[in-house]
Amino acid sequence: MKKNFIPLLFLNVAIIATCGLIYELLAATVSSYVLGDSITQFSLVIGIYLSAMGVGSWLSGFLEDNLAKRFIEIELAVAIAGGFSAPLLFLVFAHLSYFNLIFYPLVFLIGVLVGLEIPLLMRILKNELDFKKLVARVLALDYVGALVASVLFPIFLVPYMGLNRTSLFFGMMNAAVGLWGTWLLEHLIKPKDLTILRIKGFAVVLVLLTGFIKADSLTALAEDALYADNIIFAKSSPYQRIVITKGKAGYALYLNGNLQFHSFDEYRYHEALVHPAFAAHNGNPQRILILGGGDGLALREVLKYPVKSVILVDLDPVMTHLATHFPALKMLNENSMSDSRVQVINQDAFVWLSETEEEPFDIAIVDFPDPNNFALGKLYTTRFYKLLKSKLKPDATAIIQCTSPLISRKSFWCIVKTLQSSGFFVEPFNVTVPSFGVWGYALVKSEPFEIPTKLKAPTALRFLNEETLKTMFQFSNDTSEPEEEIEINRLNNQILVRYYEDEWQRFEHQ
Amino acid sequence: MWTRREILKAFLGLPFLMACDNRSKIENIAGEIVGADVLNGHKILSNPLFEVSNNNRERKTVVIVGGGVSGLSAAWKLKRDGFNDFILLELEPKIGGTSQSGENELTGYPWGAHYLPVPFKENSLLITLLDEMNLIEGRTDEGEVIIKEEFLCRQPEERVFYKGRWYEGLYLHVGENDQDKIDLENFQKEIDFWIDWRDSSAKRAFTLPVANCSEDAFVNELDKISFEDWLRQKGFSSERLFWYCDYACRDDYGLKLHETSAWAGLFYFCSRVRKSGEESQPFITFPEGNGRFVKHFYSKVKENVKLKSLVCEIIPKEDSIEVVYLDISDKKYRLVEAQKVIFSAPIFTAKHIIRDFKENMPSYLKEFEHNAWFVANLFLKDRPKPRFNRDFPLSWDNVIYESPSLGYVCATHQSGIDYGATVFTYYYPMCAEKDGRAKLFSLSWKELTDIILTDLWRAHRDIYSLVERIDIMRWGHAMISPRVGFVRSEALKKAKKPYRGIHFANTDLSGVALFEEAFYHGTRAAEEIWSDLRR
Ligand SMILES: Cc1cc2nc3c(=O)[nH]c(=O)nc-3n(C[C@H](O)[C@H](O)[C@H](O)COP(=O)(O)OP(=O)(O)OC[C@H]3O[C@@H](n4cnc5c(N)ncnc54)[C@H](O)[C@@H]3O)c2cc1C
Repeated sequence: MKKNFIPLLFLNVAIIATCGLIYELLAATVSSYVLGDSITQFSLVIGIYLSAMGVGSWLSGFLEDNLAKRFIEIELAVAIAGGFSAPLLFLVFAHLSYFNLIFYPLVFLIGVLVGLEIPLLMRILKNELDFKKLVARVLALDYVGALVASVLFPIFLVPYMGLNRTSLFFGMMNAAVGLWGTWLLEHLIKPKDLTILRIKGFAVVLVLLTGFIKADSLTALAEDALYADNIIFAKSSPYQRIVITKGKAGYALYLNGNLQFHSFDEYRYHEALVHPAFAAHNGNPQRILILGGGDGLALREVLKYPVKSVILVDLDPVMTHLATHFPALKMLNENSMSDSRVQVINQDAFVWLSETEEEPFDIAIVDFPDPNNFALGKLYTTRFYKLLKSKLKPDATAIIQCTSPLISRKSFWCIVKTLQSSGFFVEPFNVTVPSFGVWGYALVKSEPFEIPTKLKAPTALRFLNEETLKTMFQFSNDTSEPEEEIEINRLNNQILVRYYEDEWQRFEHQ
Repeated sequence: MWTRREILKAFLGLPFLMACDNRSKIENIAGEIVGADVLNGHKILSNPLFEVSNNNRERKTVVIVGGGVSGLSAAWKLKRDGFNDFILLELEPKIGGTSQSGENELTGYPWGAHYLPVPFKENSLLITLLDEMNLIEGRTDEGEVIIKEEFLCRQPEERVFYKGRWYEGLYLHVGENDQDKIDLENFQKEIDFWIDWRDSSAKRAFTLPVANCSEDAFVNELDKISFEDWLRQKGFSSERLFWYCDYACRDDYGLKLHETSAWAGLFYFCSRVRKSGEESQPFITFPEGNGRFVKHFYSKVKENVKLKSLVCEIIPKEDSIEVVYLDISDKKYRLVEAQKVIFSAPIFTAKHIIRDFKENMPSYLKEFEHNAWFVANLFLKDRPKPRFNRDFPLSWDNVIYESPSLGYVCATHQSGIDYGATVFTYYYPMCAEKDGRAKLFSLSWKELTDIILTDLWRAHRDIYSLVERIDIMRWGHAMISPRVGFVRSEALKKAKKPYRGIHFANTDLSGVALFEEAFYHGTRAAEEIWSDLRR
């Protein structure tokens, strides 16, 4: 009998305990990401998991002989079930609507297997140690392992390894315990079983390791973990990944993981995007152009006026289709996409503007995602704005969303300067949209103009009034035009994309 | 016949085992070998006797032979100066020579030349052309032209694929060591030195056109060694610097580093920078590349152009020059009696065409060597997906570090078409090959397609499922080779001299193949002739 195998087995107890708690935390986290409402999810998962562990312990009583072999097999099973739990759950979510049907049984299964581990190990050890010491040590280590797991999980594992890798990593730990056990408990296992167990063990480690290395492709699926609320729709169009979530506060739309609006305060954003343009127009605007804005929310604001026609150009047919047919969006945009005055065109606005033979417009609303790549960056260049200008009547007004002057101050002012150098007269303004922060826009015209003081909306608005209209055009010390030199964004320098990246990088993890 | 193993080794330097055999996937791809009428071109070689019936004769004051950029520039200049009694004869059914382009529903795409750096203000005639094409937005305080933004190469301009990832720029910075950094810095100093260098009459060492470069012995010395030897003599050793310079030579001249004259190498780096520390002149480009210039010229001189006309013989007489050509449409020989001829076809062909040269070939013509290229246009139904989130995105010019090809240019880039179907123009200079031309012409469409896709597959694993069609143009005589000693050779000087009313005008005469040079020689020849005729 090997003398030193006992302390090592105790080490295994600690590892097993850590792994067990990690799987539980993972399951609770994944489900609260996916299903929302973390309190319910956490308490449900903990409840199911603990009861399943109880079932496992009870089942251990039915195992009679070959305990060492059984223990190792269970380790390998935990390794597979627990190790692949997070990737599996994300996969299931992406492809199935009955997430719950897979989720709770999986949690239960892992719980049962984990519940089997400690009783079996204690029975293996009972011949080597007296019972009092055994119980004391095993339980102590079990709790230590739990502590390690619960500390590591939020501080290190989730932020640095991510859910998928954490899951796979601890799967490997379990498999390692199993594999190691084939040596530590060699004397308790029949030689012919030994080889088979080892082969299985190596295979499991290898599979998990492959998963771990390839986790990058799994994270494409796991991207959903970014969202705090329930995901009620998720689809990749050829252009972007569209996700709609629903939480207590309402609906939110994400494109490529970036928040586009939250229903709880989107009216602030969209009222500011649309109404000042009408306020600054001196005539009777009839022909309206909306670039971007495929969610139909800016359109909703536009249709409050007696306009004749609206052309809405948005790249993504999936997006405009959603805005036209998806109940939650239809409700939010008040069915504006189905208005007979509206014509929807699915094309890159840059290409559309350079080719279109449409007559000039009275008002243009430009609502693109922030310039975080070159394809979007081109929609903020002098070339683009000159094209836009050529499609506007001389007395037309336009509003351009310009990202946050607080978080990306340089980017904001770069857009303003670019507009100026394209021949526009520009009045930048900003409002607070809680889910975005301080947000910036530019009101522009091809001729000099006064900041509007009167709203022309036929009905009262939820956010804008004439007092706010006045103050919007003022910038605080931390959002005003910076001293440093800011270049103009052109197709052949795309400087804005670089400013934007620098500024937002400060807020990114990794 | 070669085995696939031999072909891939020769063309891609790929260890065979690393190249996946995806030939079965080519079955679904359409395409053909297009263009360059080799058979007709080579007819001149085999058919010494031309019979021209009397009713197939006409008179024109000037005949221009060849409708590439040089011939078109000559025609454009004559027309601009109010002279119309000329005819331009072009062998191909398509105008433009090595600057021609194609077009589908989505976009234009180049078959050869694809960009022109913004000229300095001194190049005033070229600027006149740009002005006429409405490309100019204004001038700086110093009088340099400002080109409209939409015609300047859009960012992102270049990226390079190295060990599985795409990086921004052409020079590979990732993983460089201290020596690399020092070498790059010192290389830049050398370049800066030559940018700012002036001879006793204040001429730049390198500028465009070549005719305006200093002829000082100090500069001309550079033509006596290869660019590679020059780099070594200066003590450089950085592998990536050598790669970068080699790439430049292959890209601009179709030659390897050790074949290229150091003069030509430095010319590439220095001639487009106003003064040290400044950026190189930005590129003017169009979806169809320099095909846009060709179209513009053609719109101005179309009525004087006769396509499908192979000039077979030029016979200088006492008081006229007879130009015999084969009208490929009706297979009849025709003759034009002219006062002057502008010879804009590749210079080496003069020995097969000008009667006196046929009989007694001037020895300097032997020194005009061209290299072979092939250019493929790949029609894709969608863009390759990035393999890594952080990969630098699809750019205008996309280069594969480990490949002897030059990578590809994305034709839809300049139009701002960033999603969906596109056209990639893939460039491959045959410089790595001993007898490149023969090898090129021995390969079938399928074999060339296999080379192209095997090459691109390294960077784009989904390429086979995206490509719907590949058309391939083989340029047997693509570019003049500025080998060591050629640019400053006596041969070049002699070739520039008019011969019995025949004025030569092809980019070959500069020793480097560039739009600016073709334009310079074309307009120069037009001016010479015009002033002779007025006398
Ligand atoms: C693949 C490739 C890429 C290039 N890229 C660039 C670039 O990006 N930028 C750049 O500035 N330059 C580039 N070049 C160089 C380009 O060659 C020059 O810019 C320019 O187009 C040369 O024009 P040329 O008129 O002097 O010669 P060519 O283009 O060779 O024109 C000669 C013409 O004469 C015709 N011809 C020949 N023989 C006869 C005959 N017997 N009878 C009638 N016609 C005849 C030919 O068909 C041809 O049309 C590139 C060249 C190649 C091959």
